[in-house]
Amino acid sequence: MSERTYPSYTHPLWRRLLIGREAGVIALLVIIWLYGYSNIPYFGDTLTLTYILVDMTTVLLIALPMTLVIVTGEIDLSVASVVGLSSAVLGLLVQHGVGMPLACLTALVTGVICGVVNGFLVAYVGLPSLAVTIGTLALYRGIAVGLLGTTAVTDFPANWTELTSRVLGSSGIPTFMMVFVVLAAIFIALLHFSPFGRGIYDIGLSPEAAEFTGVNVQRTKMILFVLTGTLSALAGIFYTLRFGSARGDNATGLELQVIAAVLLGGVSIFGGRGKLPGVIAGVLLIGALSSALRLEGVTVNVINIIIGLLLVLSVLSTSLLAWVSDIRGSRARRHRVQRPTPTPSSVSSQ
Amino acid sequence: MDSPPQAALQLAGVSKNFGPVAALRSGSLTVQPGSIHALVGENGAGKSTLVKIVAGVHRRDGGDFFLDGQAVDFGSTAESKAAGIAVIYQEPTLFPDLSVTENIFMGRQILGRMRRIDKATMYREAGKLFQGLGVHIDPRRPALGLSIADQQIIEIAKAISLDAKVLIMDEPTAALSGVEVERLFTVARRLRDEGRALVFISHRFDEVFDLCDAVTVMRDGSYIGTRPIAETTVTEMVNLMVGREVADLFPKQDTDIGDVVLKVEGLQSAGVFHDVSFTVRRGEIVGLAGLVGAGRSEIARAVFGVDRYDSGTVSMSGTAVPARNPRAAIRSGMAFIPEDRRKQGLVTDASVAENIAGVIRRGLAKGGLLTKAQENRAVAPWAARLEVKTSSLDAPAKTMSGGNQQKVVIAKWLATKPDLLIIDEPTRGIDVGTKSEVHRLLSELAGQGLAILMISSELPEVLGMADRVLVVSEGRLTADLTREQATPETVMHAATASSGSQEMAR
Repeated sequence: MSERTYPSYTHPLWRRLLIGREAGVIALLVIIWLYGYSNIPYFGDTLTLTYILVDMTTVLLIALPMTLVIVTGEIDLSVASVVGLSSAVLGLLVQHGVGMPLACLTALVTGVICGVVNGFLVAYVGLPSLAVTIGTLALYRGIAVGLLGTTAVTDFPANWTELTSRVLGSSGIPTFMMVFVVLAAIFIALLHFSPFGRGIYDIGLSPEAAEFTGVNVQRTKMILFVLTGTLSALAGIFYTLRFGSARGDNATGLELQVIAAVLLGGVSIFGGRGKLPGVIAGVLLIGALSSALRLEGVTVNVINIIIGLLLVLSVLSTSLLAWVSDIRGSRARRHRVQRPTPTPSSVSSQ
Repeated sequence: MDSPPQAALQLAGVSKNFGPVAALRSGSLTVQPGSIHALVGENGAGKSTLVKIVAGVHRRDGGDFFLDGQAVDFGSTAESKAAGIAVIYQEPTLFPDLSVTENIFMGRQILGRMRRIDKATMYREAGKLFQGLGVHIDPRRPALGLSIADQQIIEIAKAISLDAKVLIMDEPTAALSGVEVERLFTVARRLRDEGRALVFISHRFDEVFDLCDAVTVMRDGSYIGTRPIAETTVTEMVNLMVGREVADLFPKQDTDIGDVVLKVEGLQSAGVFHDVSFTVRRGEIVGLAGLVGAGRSEIARAVFGVDRYDSGTVSMSGTAVPARNPRAAIRSGMAFIPEDRRKQGLVTDASVAENIAGVIRRGLAKGGLLTKAQENRAVAPWAARLEVKTSSLDAPAKTMSGGNQQKVVIAKWLATKPDLLIIDEPTRGIDVGTKSEVHRLLSELAGQGLAILMISSELPEVLGMADRVLVVSEGRLTADLTREQATPETVMHAATASSGSQEMAR
């Protein structure tokens, strides 16, 4: 018995990096950035960079765990309501004289609890996440608005609200981005460089096979929903401090922005496919594009139309790519089939 | 072979590609009217693709296709039906809530006055069809609850009402009992005597020899040869199918049988299985035999912890294994290769490397981190040991043949260095060549001290491989036979034992 050896990859590294959806998104981001830098007045300013990044921070934070949830084939629509609820909890506690550290911690714990409720219903009761999180979207938002009514709490200590707009030296990069970078590194390690992450993909591709292979499907889903709840609460604290205003209706509709960015970044809504670098590029692409268009005097409605079209095109491009490679494959095969094949008469006379 | 032009069905050099995959390179088949023609070949030989081209499901890429001497080219199943071709699939798809008669006349109901559907005439016609076939089915009953055998009869009745000249039956007997097979054969012979042409696809040689007049063998998408049944033998057919002599299909070697590894006591799950107790020892292959649906797979799934059970205990080398927890079962040294490879055994969209590393990856991670390189290093020796045929380790498992996929699943579990291997239908959907490779491997593993619990519906496989045969009937163990005691008769007798008479034939 001869020992076979196997090449690790079918295609060389450059080709593997180029054919992914992530490559397209990252390339588009670079193109827009370069174009804006040289052609759009003020786009190259550090202040613009600060604005883009501060603007996108909430979406960036939530997109990290949302990617993992969507890769398992589930979805969490309640994230924006958790942002609102944690904002309301923070505001209410500050209003009643609770210190900032304890108030922030309580807001975070609120997010954890929201995640536990979602996770329990999806993973252990076995309900579809779409239905569960549509329900908790309304539930958490309702509680948030119930806590603060129509009022806004604005009396946050200035040294805390400043944190959100502080930048690193003269680079224009917000200091808070450091927190995001650390979190992104943790999530990339978790999804792409850990056994837990392999299990996430297995669940998305084939939940039954994952179960038979010993992946703890229930616990994995539970953990992911707790992570979306927690990071949504963190995003809620950031959102509140940035605008200096805690309201129950903060960030309404944000869940669709997050999901749009995740899909734009190359994650399949059916689960099992997608990478975090693509998602981060997707969020930044939306941020850079809307900023560039705004500087060019394009109205918000038109910007929404363009970003919507971009999302549809990006989803379409995946199908087109698959179609093209299919045609190329079958053409290559047809060339190979030209070899003479056994005919009935030549073989049956053996 | 020079066939007369009046053949009912004639295909010559037909090819079909799906993207880069050539499903059919050169398929040929000539069927005379008034005959039953067997089409045999390993899985993946191209039989199903050939049938689908005849049925109008796929359009051929090349080759000739004649019906009654006329060149034809079907773009849809409707065209094929209109030309007088009917295909009876292994599991027919009837509308369960409609009556048997409505199913037969679906889409072409008999109309009476004022274009109203004339049910009375339809029932009468359906009754006549069944009478002509010599079967007793109430034309008014709903299709829901009909056995697969009866559903096939409905499909045949439908074909005859369409006046089909060519009937193709794709593995019709796979899910039928002996009596049902006999009835189907009676119907088939009657249709042949009426002058229709029948194509019969089967893996069971005894049936081919019993029913058919001629046989065509396919291999690797190509036509290999056609023989009149009277002039061929099973050995010749197997050799044509495999392309080489299969020395020994079931080479189980004698091994030293050691201590008890798996001990199952009083395992019970309401309505599924009852009071199941058995042991598997080191170096022993225990076969779990029985009819489809007797509860064999369910017992295995409960032992491994993917299914729950009501009472009883499972222990590995004397230590109790908690219920409903596959992870605990894996830690205790169990490996489980399920029946449904594509849905349960593999993540077919994931790569070969990711699949083989599926269970061991938790142990591969260093400081919680796991890279592709680590994974590839760990899986390559296992892929090599099982001689998995793949271009690279990152190729998705779905591009491989059934036999290679099974090797990947086996590699995945052997990499865990298990004490017990539970394997459900080890060679289902695998070509004959790989089949004997798998058998040799199982025998080798038992020789190295692995305890193996093998579920199989193929009696020769059970009898050839197992040191001991446990027979399950209606959720109960009805026999525990040694290798010497196990014969087709003793196993089948225990497998068909009704719940009234459960004597343990120890």
